[in-house]
Amino acid sequence: MSEGDPSIIEGWRACVAAAASRGTSLRLRGAGTKDFYGEQLAGEPLDLRDWRGIVDYEPSELVITARCGTPLSQIEAALAAHDQFLPFEPPAFGADPTIGGVIAAGLSGPRRMFAGAARDFVLGTRLLTAQGEQLRFGGQVMKNVAGFDVSRLLCGSLGILGILTEVSLKVLPRPRLERTVRLELPAAAAVAAFNRWAALPLSLSGAAWADGIAWVRLAGAPAAVRAAREQIGGDLAETELAESFWNDLRHLRLPFFATGSLWRVSVPPATAPLDIPTKPLIDWGGALRWYADLPAHVPVREHARSAGGSALAWRGPAPESRFHPLSPVTAALHRRLKQRFDPAGVFNPGRLIAGL
Amino acid sequence: MDFSGSAITMAAMAGSEVTDIAAALRQVLPPECVLGRPEERRPYECDGLTAFRELPAVVVLARTAEDVRRTLLTCQRLRVPLVARGSGTGLSGGATPHPAGVLLSCARMNRVLEVDAVNRLARVEPGVPNLKVSEAAARHGLYYAPDPSSQVACSIGGNVAENSGGVHCLKYGLTVHNVLGLRGYTVDGELLELGGAAADGPGLDLLALAIGSEGLLMIVTEVIVRLIPRPPCAQLVMASFADVHSAANAVAGIIAAGIIPAGLEMMDRKATAAVEPFVHAGYDLAAAAILLVESDGTPEEVREQVQEIEQVLRGAGAGAVHVSGSEAERLLLWSGRKNAFPAAGRLSPDYYCMDGTIPRKHVGRVLEAIEQMEDRYGLRCMNVFHAGDGNLHPVILFDANEAGSWERADRFGAEILELCVALGGTITGEHGVGLEKLNSMCVQFSPAERAAFFAVKESFDPQGLLNPGKLIPTLVRCAEYGRMHVHGGALAHPGLPRF
Repeated sequence: MSEGDPSIIEGWRACVAAAASRGTSLRLRGAGTKDFYGEQLAGEPLDLRDWRGIVDYEPSELVITARCGTPLSQIEAALAAHDQFLPFEPPAFGADPTIGGVIAAGLSGPRRMFAGAARDFVLGTRLLTAQGEQLRFGGQVMKNVAGFDVSRLLCGSLGILGILTEVSLKVLPRPRLERTVRLELPAAAAVAAFNRWAALPLSLSGAAWADGIAWVRLAGAPAAVRAAREQIGGDLAETELAESFWNDLRHLRLPFFATGSLWRVSVPPATAPLDIPTKPLIDWGGALRWYADLPAHVPVREHARSAGGSALAWRGPAPESRFHPLSPVTAALHRRLKQRFDPAGVFNPGRLIAGL
Repeated sequence: MDFSGSAITMAAMAGSEVTDIAAALRQVLPPECVLGRPEERRPYECDGLTAFRELPAVVVLARTAEDVRRTLLTCQRLRVPLVARGSGTGLSGGATPHPAGVLLSCARMNRVLEVDAVNRLARVEPGVPNLKVSEAAARHGLYYAPDPSSQVACSIGGNVAENSGGVHCLKYGLTVHNVLGLRGYTVDGELLELGGAAADGPGLDLLALAIGSEGLLMIVTEVIVRLIPRPPCAQLVMASFADVHSAANAVAGIIAAGIIPAGLEMMDRKATAAVEPFVHAGYDLAAAAILLVESDGTPEEVREQVQEIEQVLRGAGAGAVHVSGSEAERLLLWSGRKNAFPAAGRLSPDYYCMDGTIPRKHVGRVLEAIEQMEDRYGLRCMNVFHAGDGNLHPVILFDANEAGSWERADRFGAEILELCVALGGTITGEHGVGLEKLNSMCVQFSPAERAAFFAVKESFDPQGLLNPGKLIPTLVRCAEYGRMHVHGGALAHPGLPRF
């Protein structure tokens, strides 16, 4: 089958119709690198990798459009050839995730607080619905407020509303220069410093803390990077060391993450260190805190909630659910949206929310 | 998709008597907050799109979130439509009242509740004017980035409803990129909190869905906005071009050079000629088009970037290139751009501002097509536009007192939007659909896509009480529009692929 062969979509449409009529469900799957992510895996696997290929990329438009099965590496290579990139730095957890999976999961890397999250770069999507229709939301332009922003709703939806067949993403020029400085600081001082710097015009592109060391990445015009370096101080990290740190942080490959269980806690960035008995790894300038191998009795969710945030049981045993529970009003809206978009419950049942 | 668009409209229309509504509201709200007399309601009959007017049955001036909740519960009980309104500066009729419903003004909910400088956010009520947020944050060296041209007056609540933009979107994003959280009520009066001060939350991104939902999904009573550091330095480069194509190529050239300017605006000769006598900005009136390119950052960074921008502009064939020499001059050059619409008002008794977006590469082609349309419709059109975003604002000049003039302007506008869709763009970049672009929605979206929008609407508001009849056209409406424009053989550019 050639790239973009319409018979691929026809085949999926038949699978969806068959599942709906039999009352069974489908488990939408790209490269399967995020099988661990979400509440549960259920349904007959439907491999979406055949529908692949870059549909349109014009560097001066700052937009790339690709079919869902396109490997992330292919997209990043195409962008790199024109000195552009995906600023949200999507994490990859194994051999080559697909762009459909990247957007369906909606995860973002270390640049998230400084450049934006995955959803901030979604301009348009195509969705194959439970009714077998291909819908198009948003588009390939920077600004678009025609109709509800369904494209962003699909980002992070883990496939529960339909099959994301194509995405259009905003891309940006790569920063001219990136430099990383390291400072020895305790966690509390690092968080305070990150937030002090983030309130100044300092062209930050990453701020993380691990094992007593604060890592601060600066990106942009050489003059801006130089000025920021002077203001922040610290030791300049060698390029290779810096690159491998940010890459390993982005893809969760640092030794810190090589553990049995892992909690991912999202809080307002300036939140003081949480009263949790193990040392966290801090990313996103303080807004993201990872905890490894916590004893089961530590009430992580309570800590996160009282700080105004939420906690996700990334790996290992989860209390009642992996994702932080929704309020009853929000949960009801989720149920109604799911009911309208996928009344027969064909797509990824229970993946985002138990019972949905 | 399971939907019944027409049912939504019907349910909303089945309202009670006007007097009953006002009386019911006065039982739960202070009497002075409920306006029932026609002369009290008259000022609310339209928003910034004055061609659409309706007298609302009742006006409520909410002061608190609790007033909003009580109004919602009353509307729910009486099955009466509710239309929320901020400052009424919207340009698509999003706040046009419903004749049998309540117009809820949030203008009095205008407090900045908190500026959290450390977490770089502000909590504000929906009636706070856009510019006030930045003023409140200024002493911390922070500001709120989206800056619609009407930012002195337009409210944050309205910005959220419309997902408003401004002249700095390419670098700093739209409202959706700068709002962290919303607090408000569902149509049932239940508290709904979306997003918040933390960056990530569980579940579907309902925050993104609510932003730009034009008051159809919930009523917002509090907005958490992101504040960012004010760049220490900004300079504006103004360049003149002998033809619009070269100006358009210069725009692409800047992006291709890896530069994301803070602002990248284009004005054609008709626009500069309109504003210059009014603002005395120093625009080159001999140029077919001018570009305004802003660089911001540290002084060193700006100096470097301005040099690069100048180089690209000259390479693309710019005649005169001028760099602002002072902050006062920079603001003066911007004020011409921001006053383009008022200037149109001086040129012509009436004007109609459009808001299509296209891929940047088609800018020259669209401007040429608009010129041809001017002849065909016998109306003048000036063009200002957010070139960096490909967001066009053609301003069609007409005289409403002249018979058939408004109808011609309306058709002219619709044809521009159809061309935008045909070129892979959209019918609205930042002003919203409201009532104005319902017909154009039929052009951009298939019946199944519109059904999906209704599915979203019904998930939040099954009875269709919140701002009914806006944003999503019904099947019937599109069928009528189709008969008028498509099957009559009058569809513009039939040869172009639609998607």
